[in-house]
Amino acid sequence: MSDWLSPEEWTAVRLSLIVATTAMLASLPFGVGVAFLLARGKFWGKSLLDALVHLPLIMPPVVTGYLLLIGFGRRGPIGQFLYEWFGIVLSFRWTGAALAAAVMGFPLMVRAIRLSIEAVDRKLEDAAGTLGANPFWVFAVVTLPLCLPGIVVGMILCFAKAMGEFGATITFVSNIPGETQTLPSAIYTFTQVPGGDAGAMRLTLISIAISVAALFLSELLARFVGRRIAIE
Amino acid sequence: MSPLLDIAVEHKLGSFTLDASFTSDGRLTALFGRSGSGKTSLVNVIGGLIRPQVGHVIVDGQVLVDTRRGIFVPKHRRRIGYVFQEARLFPHLTVRQNLLFGRWFTPKAETDGKDLPAVLDLLGIGHLLDRRPTGLSGGEKQRVAIGRALLARPRLLLMDEPLASLDEARKAEILPYIERLRDEMAIPIVYVSHSAAEVARLATTLAIVDQGAIKACGPTAEVMSRLDMARLPGAPEASSLLEAKVIGFDAEYGLTRLETRAGTLQVARAGLALGSTLRVRILASDVMVSLSPLDGISALNVLAGTVAEIGERSEAGAVDLRIDCNGEMIVARLTAKSVAALALKSGSPVYAVIKSVSIDAP
Repeated sequence: MSDWLSPEEWTAVRLSLIVATTAMLASLPFGVGVAFLLARGKFWGKSLLDALVHLPLIMPPVVTGYLLLIGFGRRGPIGQFLYEWFGIVLSFRWTGAALAAAVMGFPLMVRAIRLSIEAVDRKLEDAAGTLGANPFWVFAVVTLPLCLPGIVVGMILCFAKAMGEFGATITFVSNIPGETQTLPSAIYTFTQVPGGDAGAMRLTLISIAISVAALFLSELLARFVGRRIAIE
Repeated sequence: MSPLLDIAVEHKLGSFTLDASFTSDGRLTALFGRSGSGKTSLVNVIGGLIRPQVGHVIVDGQVLVDTRRGIFVPKHRRRIGYVFQEARLFPHLTVRQNLLFGRWFTPKAETDGKDLPAVLDLLGIGHLLDRRPTGLSGGEKQRVAIGRALLARPRLLLMDEPLASLDEARKAEILPYIERLRDEMAIPIVYVSHSAAEVARLATTLAIVDQGAIKACGPTAEVMSRLDMARLPGAPEASSLLEAKVIGFDAEYGLTRLETRAGTLQVARAGLALGSTLRVRILASDVMVSLSPLDGISALNVLAGTVAEIGERSEAGAVDLRIDCNGEMIVARLTAKSVAALALKSGSPVYAVIKSVSIDAP
């Protein structure tokens, strides 16, 4: 394998996997929280939150990337705060790539989880309440397990989106080999240099393989989880 | 001593108004009424699923709701078990996990570990423990749901038409378990039903619910024989409930002799244990009235009594009578013409000729 891929290509593959996995896992708690708010909450500004979450889905990715750069760059208001208080730097780092990927994948994740929360039978939650479970426990032991298939789907969608994210990433954290050069950026770079066709094709094949594997895994998980909680 | 249940609530749900109050000390209080009468809303108020706009709910001396004092105990702190019409078992948990669900949240007691076997035995569900709810029959699901509610150690058990979604065979399968529950467990039950047969068999106290209000509440036999109740839309047909004891059998004709306060009855029913007590129900339309003892009649059961009350004539021209047979009330339904022809009035000595006796309890 390592003979087949050059070290730089191998680095891009590994980085992509790390970025996508981080983006997926880090946005999961927020995804569940926001999905729950949108599915169940009744509060002022709910449609505003809904629109905000979905914005990255409709805006050009470059615009999202540019907004991230303004907000989370070293001089941006949030970036500055993060650096001064926590020493976290996002711009031109792989963590920034993960943030960009997470933001782009977030609407897909929230959508899938929200739909599955809406599908949970509230009557089961009432039943749990009469058995002594307070709202927190009802959520933890009834609602959450019952929408597990939706959460799995949401995670896979987010992961897939993160693997393929290009526009926002390259705008926010650029295309630095070994730090922010993910698979799509690497493929793009190959297409920009003479004789890069072979490298672009190799990475494309790997990209396809990872996507297909993710899809299979999600099918498998969804079936396993679905069998366990088959609704009557 | 305050009553076990003391409820007075007002609540508007869209165009429907619930304005119900009753008290009960019964082991099994039945809320009877047709669908849409507000029975389920009423148990939801008791269970904490509905927060009433005005009123109070007091169970066993504990104030659960009092709108004047701003008290509202949320459902998870009420310790009121609820068996729903659909079993509502958690599909992601096994039967065992379903049964023990409430156990995680209830305070520990010394009986820990002892009541699971007792409940399994009471409901006959020991063999289902490792199954998942999806594979259970309707009757099994409902028994697991009852067990799940019991194991949360409720101070009161609500049952909202637990048999309504089951076929006759499954109903017959579960009814004995509910009777055992009523007689063996020290947990009072509020039971919602629109089946007169179920109520006659199970209830010790009966409340008639109509259009969001309680129209009558009292001992089952008394309410069921009330003539004014029978005229309510959706009310059970006026009928008599008698406590009976099995005193003998007629093997040749397959009859069982029952002793009641009103007299001896013979019923065509086998398989009853000698000496056991049960409830029999006699529908008003199954009773004829005669002024003199009859000869040459096919009916086996004739009870002597005096007319205690004559009801109003219904639109269909029927009149219900209450006949006092040695202290038990037998209700008879006659045509207005017969009442006039026999010149029946309060105090007239009569014979109640009973065409059929239904036994609602084994």
